Amino acid sequence: MSVTVDAVMLETRAGSLAKRSIKTTTKVAGIRLAIQCMDLTTLEGKDSEGRVRSLCAKALHPAPHLPDVPSVAAVCIYPNLVPVAKEALRGTSVKVASVATAFPSGLSSMEVRLADTLSAIAAGADEIDMVIDRGAFLAGRYREVHDEIVAVKAACGPVHLKVILETGELGSYDAVRRASDLALEAGADFIKTSTGKVGTNATFPVAVTMCEAIRDYARRTGRRAGLKVAGGVRTTKQAMTYLVIIKETLGESWLTPDLFRIGASSLLDDLLMQYEKELTGHYAGRDYFPMD
Amino acid sequence: MAIFEYAPAPETTQAAIREQYGLFIDGKWTAPRTGQYFDTVNPATEETLARIAYAGEEDVDRAVRAARKAYDKYWRKMRPADRAKYIYRIARAITERSRELAVLETMDGGKPIKESRDFDVPLAAAHFFYYAGWADKLEWAMRAGEEPKPIGVAGQIVPWNFPLLMAAWKLAPALACGNTIVLKPAETTPLTALALAQIAAEADLPPGVLNVVTGDGATGAALVGHQDVDKIAFTGSTEVGKAIQRSTAGTGKRLTLELGGKAAHIVFADAPMDQAIEGVVNGIYFNQGHVCCAGSRLLVEESAHEEIVVRLTDRIQTLRLGNPLDKNTDVGAINSKMQLDKIKELVGSGVDEGATLVQQSCVLPERGYFFPASFFTNVQQSHRIAREEIFGPVLSILTFRTPEEAVEKANNTPYGLSAGIWTDKGSKNMYIAQYLRAGVVWCNTFNQFDPSSPFGGYRESGFGREGGVHGLREYLAH
Repeated sequence: MSVTVDAVMLETRAGSLAKRSIKTTTKVAGIRLAIQCMDLTTLEGKDSEGRVRSLCAKALHPAPHLPDVPSVAAVCIYPNLVPVAKEALRGTSVKVASVATAFPSGLSSMEVRLADTLSAIAAGADEIDMVIDRGAFLAGRYREVHDEIVAVKAACGPVHLKVILETGELGSYDAVRRASDLALEAGADFIKTSTGKVGTNATFPVAVTMCEAIRDYARRTGRRAGLKVAGGVRTTKQAMTYLVIIKETLGESWLTPDLFRIGASSLLDDLLMQYEKELTGHYAGRDYFPMD
Repeated sequence: MAIFEYAPAPETTQAAIREQYGLFIDGKWTAPRTGQYFDTVNPATEETLARIAYAGEEDVDRAVRAARKAYDKYWRKMRPADRAKYIYRIARAITERSRELAVLETMDGGKPIKESRDFDVPLAAAHFFYYAGWADKLEWAMRAGEEPKPIGVAGQIVPWNFPLLMAAWKLAPALACGNTIVLKPAETTPLTALALAQIAAEADLPPGVLNVVTGDGATGAALVGHQDVDKIAFTGSTEVGKAIQRSTAGTGKRLTLELGGKAAHIVFADAPMDQAIEGVVNGIYFNQGHVCCAGSRLLVEESAHEEIVVRLTDRIQTLRLGNPLDKNTDVGAINSKMQLDKIKELVGSGVDEGATLVQQSCVLPERGYFFPASFFTNVQQSHRIAREEIFGPVLSILTFRTPEEAVEKANNTPYGLSAGIWTDKGSKNMYIAQYLRAGVVWCNTFNQFDPSSPFGGYRESGFGREGGVHGLREYLAH
């Protein structure tokens, strides 16, 4: 029997976690943590080699005038651009994550999806962000979705696999929970909320539900899987709430790039602005931070 | 090492507290005829906040006379729509001063600021707004052929767990119906009622319509025993409620009592478990368990018992206990030394009777009255902790095997104020709910309140309803 979720109480709980007051030293620690756990992302049709090189530079040194700001965890890009990012980030701690399996819809044949994955890995991707076939999931073909994840995981080998559930298309928290359980059982290293390509992306209640699935799975099997929230995370306040959700649902030991990621692009600029504000007591304008 | 430990986040709004408070009688602050004052203490620091006038019989008599005069002279004769204006004014003033009232409530009573800020104060304002709207529509609260008429002078005695909110529950409908009031706040938490008196004065409420007399049980007894009081509304312990009922018997005084409880909170194995745990936590640790409708008896389906205990054990470790003024505090201070002693005594009895105690591991602040979030497993129906109201952050967990047994155990108590049910099956929820002898049954939620929804008890939890149209009828002659 699948675990069920009550929407009213879940949203109440998520709302109360969003009200945690994060100030001063906690805010500084949280901003550094959010940067360390970030997958700095560009996933647009117009992405070019130049754009990716510029993103990699920023991933490595987010704010040159604040040298103690850490690098982000990874850059997240389309498979074609993996070689460019790999080259730009050679010898650094920053990983290269590639979306794959016919991102964002996943609506290609299994052969194409696997080939997509293998080519990204061959190009040097350290991490794969796959999408599940939501059509199959919503049609109740859970076994099929499970087996596809298993197949992609097998193709990945030691390469880190994040499974995107696209929770905005799943329709209910019950379905989010079921998809989370299924992906974890299938061997996902991470479960990830969203592609960022649909109307509803990561939300606090969805993150709580996925954390609960990860916690229960760890309790049952001993294996600790991670969570990646992605899409629509733009403000420091949102990022702090995700840290709170992780801390109070999974525990502080999950607050590491090995087990938690935030997929975002413009969030980094807001984090840097808030970071400098905490250090200096005043806000600097946007132009004091390199764009991207 | 903690990598994301929350830094202190104290609420910085200052609440103006006078050194000394008189009695609020006939629209003025007056010294008590007793000449006596008592201290009100911040239970989180044990520091004295203010000296409070002690009202004796003579003072209560002055207050009742003022209320009678105001009833005859202004209030009963006023156009209902004009009465409403005053009530709306009070509602708006509470909203405008909400942060200050929240700080005051937290300092005087020990509850977390997030609760006084997000629950007590906004809900108090909502009650005034709601009943203000009723003032000129009272005929809709009556049965066909009945004409709405006020009762007269109402004596209202409120407890220390939700001081402002309970005052609002009682004042708003009484005022809307055209009654005048003598309000007696609890001895340990008089400050927000006194602030409310000030708000009423600033709202130009005619003198004597609301009077506030502070004191202890003897003050309350004087109010209950006063010959010219037409109605008594009391929220508090069952023991005192019984005494009040004895004393008003045969006097013709109207009476409503909202008393203690030992609510059954039923969790079936098919419940949405994480949310059920949140409901359980809210049910017992909200306001440190100083809640008459607290879900203090957890009845869990035996097959889910182990899972629930594991989850609850983990969950209470994440509760943050400490300075009630800190915005991240989940469990604040116990309201008084007396209450803390009572909790300790009952918890001791639970251990002695063979139940297993589980507590959050945390360092209690050195000063102030604190008790960690706790629960008991291996509780038997006959244990004192399964029968008596602890009124603290202490939950007793019992098991059942069938829905019938759940209902039987839930109803096996002299109380009947509230109950909760958690199951993912709607039909089971509704089926169980109709057999529970409790004034409120929450299904897949807990502690939900709204001014339009009536609240009150069965049996030793009292009688009469507060809130909604039902609450209105308690302040109308019929």
